[in-house]
Amino acid sequence: MIEVQDLRKTFKVARREAGFGQAVKALFHREYTYVHALDGVSFRIGDGEMVGYIGPNGAGKSSTIKILSGILTPDSGKCLIDGRIPWKSRQKHVKEIGVVFGQRTQLWWDVPVVDSFELLKEIYAIPTEVYKKNVDQLTELLDLAQLLRTPARQLSLGQRMRCEIAGSLLHNPKILFLDEPTIGLDAVSKLAVRDFIKRLNQERHTTVLLTTHDMQDIEALASRILLIGKGKILLDGSLEDIRRGGSHIDETVAELYKKFDVT
Amino acid sequence: MLKLYGKYFSIHLKSTMQYKGSFFATLIGSFLTSFTVFLGISFMFQRFHKVAEFSYEEVLLCYGIMLMGFSVAQMFASGFKVFDSMIANGEFDRILCRPRNEIFQVLAYRIDFIRVGMLLQGIVMLVYGLASCYVDWNFSRVITVIFMAVGGCVLFSALFLLDGSIAFFTLQGLEFMNVFTYGAIEHGKYPLSIYGKGMLTFCTFVIPYALVQYYPLTYVLGRSDNPLFIFLPLLACLFVVPCWIVWRIGVRRYKSTGS
Repeated sequence: MIEVQDLRKTFKVARREAGFGQAVKALFHREYTYVHALDGVSFRIGDGEMVGYIGPNGAGKSSTIKILSGILTPDSGKCLIDGRIPWKSRQKHVKEIGVVFGQRTQLWWDVPVVDSFELLKEIYAIPTEVYKKNVDQLTELLDLAQLLRTPARQLSLGQRMRCEIAGSLLHNPKILFLDEPTIGLDAVSKLAVRDFIKRLNQERHTTVLLTTHDMQDIEALASRILLIGKGKILLDGSLEDIRRGGSHIDETVAELYKKFDVT
Repeated sequence: MLKLYGKYFSIHLKSTMQYKGSFFATLIGSFLTSFTVFLGISFMFQRFHKVAEFSYEEVLLCYGIMLMGFSVAQMFASGFKVFDSMIANGEFDRILCRPRNEIFQVLAYRIDFIRVGMLLQGIVMLVYGLASCYVDWNFSRVITVIFMAVGGCVLFSALFLLDGSIAFFTLQGLEFMNVFTYGAIEHGKYPLSIYGKGMLTFCTFVIPYALVQYYPLTYVLGRSDNPLFIFLPLLACLFVVPCWIVWRIGVRRYKSTGS
């Protein structure tokens, strides 16, 4: 169970005009602007739910994910995940969750993927039987058999993403945060990843919170959608609620962004 | 924890071995670089015979010990040397997502095997210094040499930790910190007393290099028989504490600013 109540987070951003003179000036005197990344965000996600978290760039999606995974401390507000406050008991918390950042890797670049997995086994102190079972299962579901012996640097983006997702599930997390998992993937890999996430949610009842800009991801996966803009939750509803505006989901979402004036 | 570190170690070794040619070339290079320093000292002593009250052999002994501590610290604490880029590329977020201590993970992030070259050079000089110095070896002197090497290693690691922590506040490593790490090994070649009283005071009370170098060295060489000097290198290890506190403050700041 994820409970978030009135989360607020403000960032101080140094700002200066372009140009060399301004750069020199900024050395001595800085002007700051305050960006309200999260401006009172509340929601509740039950066990086994699959939720799509959407919003334009800079809306606060990543900040939310970072707070939920214990990387970031909010200014105020409450957040309780299975009874834990993420930023207070970081080590205990992250043992129970999996996080995939679409644009970053958690595999070691120069060694075969399976070596990275072995290391993750030690990091998370996964019992050998559990580890073996999970690797076998994930290998089959994500079709990794050919990839495990390959160094990560020689994998294509799609292959790597499949390995990333497998890597983040070795320790049986109850909750999985996916930050743009399909970014840059070709059609085949996208389908494979979507398919897998769906099965994961159905078979293991893993709670999934997924941010994406790809509306087809949302269509395929999420039964519930959270729309965030300018640090506020604008809409919390089903795919149908969003579809109501029109037939094509990309246009509808663009309409919504405009309507809420968050672009 | 040790088992986990062993796993990291083997991953780093495997990664390094992927580029064997480059590894051995750089290894030899690193050995030769410190060898030129050795030559530099030799040439100088052909002219002067003594620096302050220290002879050639004594300086080699001193530098050998310092170099060993420094190279081991460089090898195992080099994660902190690239820590600014770990923050920039999000690697530190990754670390925070894992259920292990952050410092441990940064240490395990990078092991710089190249430094073995420098370590070898240190050992060569130490052995030469040991063999040619007129020291009346006994148990407490041997222990003192070991303490000096260990204390030096801890002290330099602490400085790397401090160097890394600064990246939390500036988002970029500060080059001036190199004054305290590379600078220290540069002027740590010679017993610190030769630089005058001011320098010695600074290196005793501010950044305690002298506690792992000058004072115990005088004990080893029989210039002083104050038994306290044996344990000064261990005292110097306490320097880790303030560095660790800066690190903690940095982590807290990072978690509240996210950058």
